[in-house]
Amino acid sequence: MEKVLTKDVPADGSAFDLRTYERAGGYQGVRKALKMAPKEVVEVIKQSGLRGRGGAGFPTGLKWSFVPTGTDAPHPKYLCCNADEMEPGTFKDRLLMESTPHQLIEGMICAARAIEADVAYIFLRGEYVLSAERLTKALTEAYEHNYLGKNILGSGFSLEMHLHLSGGRYMCGEETGLLNALEGKRANPRTKPPFPQISGLFGKPTIVQNVETLCNIHHIINNGPEWFKGLSKSADGGTKLYGASGKVKRPGLWELPMGTTVREILEEHAGGMREGLRFRGLLPGGASTDFLVEEHLDVKMDFTEVQKVGSRMGTGTMIVMDDRTCPVGFCKNLEHFFAQESCGWCTPCWSGLSWAEKMLGSIEDGEGQEADLERLAYICKFCAPGNTFCALAPGAVEPLQSALKYFREDFERHIHEKRCPWR
Amino acid sequence: MLSPEERQEIEGEFGHYPDKRALSIDAMRIVQRHRGWVSDDALKDISEILEVPVSELDSVATFYNLIFRKPVGRHVIMVCDSISCWVMGYDRLRDHLTGHLGIKMGETTADGRFTLLPIVCLGTCDHAPAMMVDNDLHRDLDAEKIDGILEQYK
Repeated sequence: MEKVLTKDVPADGSAFDLRTYERAGGYQGVRKALKMAPKEVVEVIKQSGLRGRGGAGFPTGLKWSFVPTGTDAPHPKYLCCNADEMEPGTFKDRLLMESTPHQLIEGMICAARAIEADVAYIFLRGEYVLSAERLTKALTEAYEHNYLGKNILGSGFSLEMHLHLSGGRYMCGEETGLLNALEGKRANPRTKPPFPQISGLFGKPTIVQNVETLCNIHHIINNGPEWFKGLSKSADGGTKLYGASGKVKRPGLWELPMGTTVREILEEHAGGMREGLRFRGLLPGGASTDFLVEEHLDVKMDFTEVQKVGSRMGTGTMIVMDDRTCPVGFCKNLEHFFAQESCGWCTPCWSGLSWAEKMLGSIEDGEGQEADLERLAYICKFCAPGNTFCALAPGAVEPLQSALKYFREDFERHIHEKRCPWR
Repeated sequence: MLSPEERQEIEGEFGHYPDKRALSIDAMRIVQRHRGWVSDDALKDISEILEVPVSELDSVATFYNLIFRKPVGRHVIMVCDSISCWVMGYDRLRDHLTGHLGIKMGETTADGRFTLLPIVCLGTCDHAPAMMVDNDLHRDLDAEKIDGILEQYK
């Protein structure tokens, strides 16, 4: 199986410097992209079928095509790399930034070329200290060798790139929240439309793209869209960084063909459950996805197939729940996170999520009532897409609504026995 | 008063954004790196440099988890309380830390050595449970390991 994003990850945990990266073929994608017209770059990415790896899976080329281009386009235009990675259970982009910072910078230069961006920001969560150190060094090297700055490699294209360290808040990972944070404000979401592609950072056309997505760009430019599609086992092209955490034998992160089944990731790569434990369910791609259970193990992990069984692939980093972990406590932990990180901008989110957290706490403490399960289902409905300003609350209730479906007897047992059977 | 170094560092970032206001978070992070936290006086000085009202800066400061508006200990321990760490034993870890240090989450030890805070997912879920002390990440933790780690921070 061909590895693309992780083939140059040094085994000793270090990062390549510029020269080593170049010797391994680095920055050839930039050289090629600079010889192409911006519209050609967009077209190649469109043809590849690359879908955003931040969780939502929106087609990247299509997103770029909404940005105004040509002589009448407003400037400066911005490219923002979303390197916030604050969703619990998500741990894929850290590896890319710590091990191959130049890969991210190269992908960003190619993306910036496509949309004719003038300035790029890497919006990095503040706790990723090693990523910050290595990206800072890589940015300095890239400037020194004219991969960044004025008139890159004599092409006439110029790009400034800066690293921004977040003040720390989950909302910064939301597209428009990130833009507000970069403007030095609270990371509240913005109304759409206008979409950021038209009016984003400082009111100018802006693209926000995830780290893993951007790391794919120059590989596609170098090798072509058909090569990219051929890496995959499904209709969604490319490889994917999949991960597993929880009580599996070998928790970890693996680059595998897109469309690898849940079973293969769980059993072959993560080694299955630890001795004496039984699999009960998993969140396929971070804390904001619906549970998958035993009957879903043969589902292909891609955007389309996971959606067909009522969940989302999200980031592809699965959180596994075993039979000695209480599903109510599991949900309470998740809702505590989402309630705490809600920015308070709209009522369903700030009111509904803290209400859900409190109710789950009382059920876990043996003080729940039968009607609480209906109330929880009501909150899930109340926080559904279309009822809230951004995707935080709809994402927050995904694990809860699916837990009420698949683990309902566990919730009921807490209420009937007036205690947590796992304590 | 901000030190000349703090002012210089803040002003050095001006060119990164078209608007000085965008530096609110960066400026507070710079001050915090030098002093450990952001005081009311520091906020006033930042307000003058960036030409942003103090009230607005304070509303930004209190929104973000990593900006401290109260003094903290010499070392800040941030323990991940998110789902993968919870599954792998966060509760036991928290109880061990609070018992060992004699403080609750959110408090600072009487000798000013440690402040103990919860933190959202540290992005190292395959090595849960995890915590950060200052800028150092510690993973695959258990009670025994924690005692040894704390000894490193005087």
